[in-house]
Amino acid sequence: MEKISLKLHRMLCPMPVIKVQNCVKMLPPGSQVEAICTDPGVLNDIPAWCRINGHQVLETRREGDEYIVLLQVGDEQ
Amino acid sequence: MSKQRKAVSLISGGLDSLLATKVIQEQGIHVEGINFFTGFCVEGHTHAIRKKDQSKEKRNNALWVAEKLGIKLHIIDVIEEYKPILFNPKHGYGAHLNPCLDCKIFMVKKAQEWIVENGFDFIITGEVIGQRPMSQRKETMPIIANESGADDLLLRPLCAQNLPETKAEREGWVKRDELFGFSGRSRKPQMALAKQFGFEDYAQPAGGCCFLTDATYSHKLADLWQARGHKEYEMDDIMLLKVGRHLRLSPDFKVIISREQGEGNFMQGYRKQFISLKTTSHAGPLALIDGRVSEADIELAARLIARYSQGRAEEQVELEVRQLSGETRLIKVKPMLAHEIPKAWII
Repeated sequence: MEKISLKLHRMLCPMPVIKVQNCVKMLPPGSQVEAICTDPGVLNDIPAWCRINGHQVLETRREGDEYIVLLQVGDEQ
Repeated sequence: MSKQRKAVSLISGGLDSLLATKVIQEQGIHVEGINFFTGFCVEGHTHAIRKKDQSKEKRNNALWVAEKLGIKLHIIDVIEEYKPILFNPKHGYGAHLNPCLDCKIFMVKKAQEWIVENGFDFIITGEVIGQRPMSQRKETMPIIANESGADDLLLRPLCAQNLPETKAEREGWVKRDELFGFSGRSRKPQMALAKQFGFEDYAQPAGGCCFLTDATYSHKLADLWQARGHKEYEMDDIMLLKVGRHLRLSPDFKVIISREQGEGNFMQGYRKQFISLKTTSHAGPLALIDGRVSEADIELAARLIARYSQGRAEEQVELEVRQLSGETRLIKVKPMLAHEIPKAWII
């Protein structure tokens, strides 16, 4: 299973969502994408994007100044 | 069995696009949303930056609307493609640097390309005749349809009954008598329709998320272009125009001074791109210098920055000057007095 890590420092929403979206498009179902961001807005926006597009958020967490979202690509692209 | 028709809806995150989409969904059309990011739809950015706004909900309204409607949303980065529209709008600017009509034509054109690539049948927008003084007038509706190339594939469900039939109506994909004939600046018909659909919480005002409609922001952008001698910008420029106080001390350079801790934290990320100054003897702001500076210019900027620190009434304030290389040194200056700051410096 493929796992991609995206470092999205200093990008503000919706840019992290766009980067995640464009990455997910290239991946097969079941792949994982980890978005490492500094905009706290991603904790709302990436999960919202996942819900409406059929992907699953596996984990959200904060580590210092970083906000990290781990998601799994859904079956329907 | 008739073919399932598909429409793409331009979702701004405001009430009008929410309603227009819902009206078409109610007619059994499969709708997906599209949202174009020009770089200037930056409301959420400011919330993320400023500490005083940290408690505000940081939702992206376009995503929120899509979720409310149960539709997919495609967010498209058009930052680079949008630049020529802003630099040289065929139909001119609005009250500030907002090229609203050209912007709408551009977005509908992009949506037209998208439906061709993705096998969709038509495009919908939340436009209402007379709602906006520049881009949403009776005369501009056909201009948008024609110049975008969408022609009769563009349907405006909220004011369709005031406009010629489009293909979706003519072919019977949607019923014209179940569309609307809204016009004018009043929001009452939209609010009544929202109530009818059970939407109680929605973003206000519709579509007002573009910084180019803001006088101060546009003024700062015009200053940036004038100082550089040409119309150009990068994403970092757009962001920094929204942050801090901007003071142009000479045609060659300006100083960006953080107004609070959240902005200071955000601006720290730019210390490798700009010479930065920070007060060390007293609590005070972080400042970036944008442009070419001499030693005398740095001292002048330091005196100005000291004015915005807790040491403004002291004889001397110490600041750390950090070069692009990361090399630092300390300087001591006398803070400027209020009357020494010309109004003309403030952008």
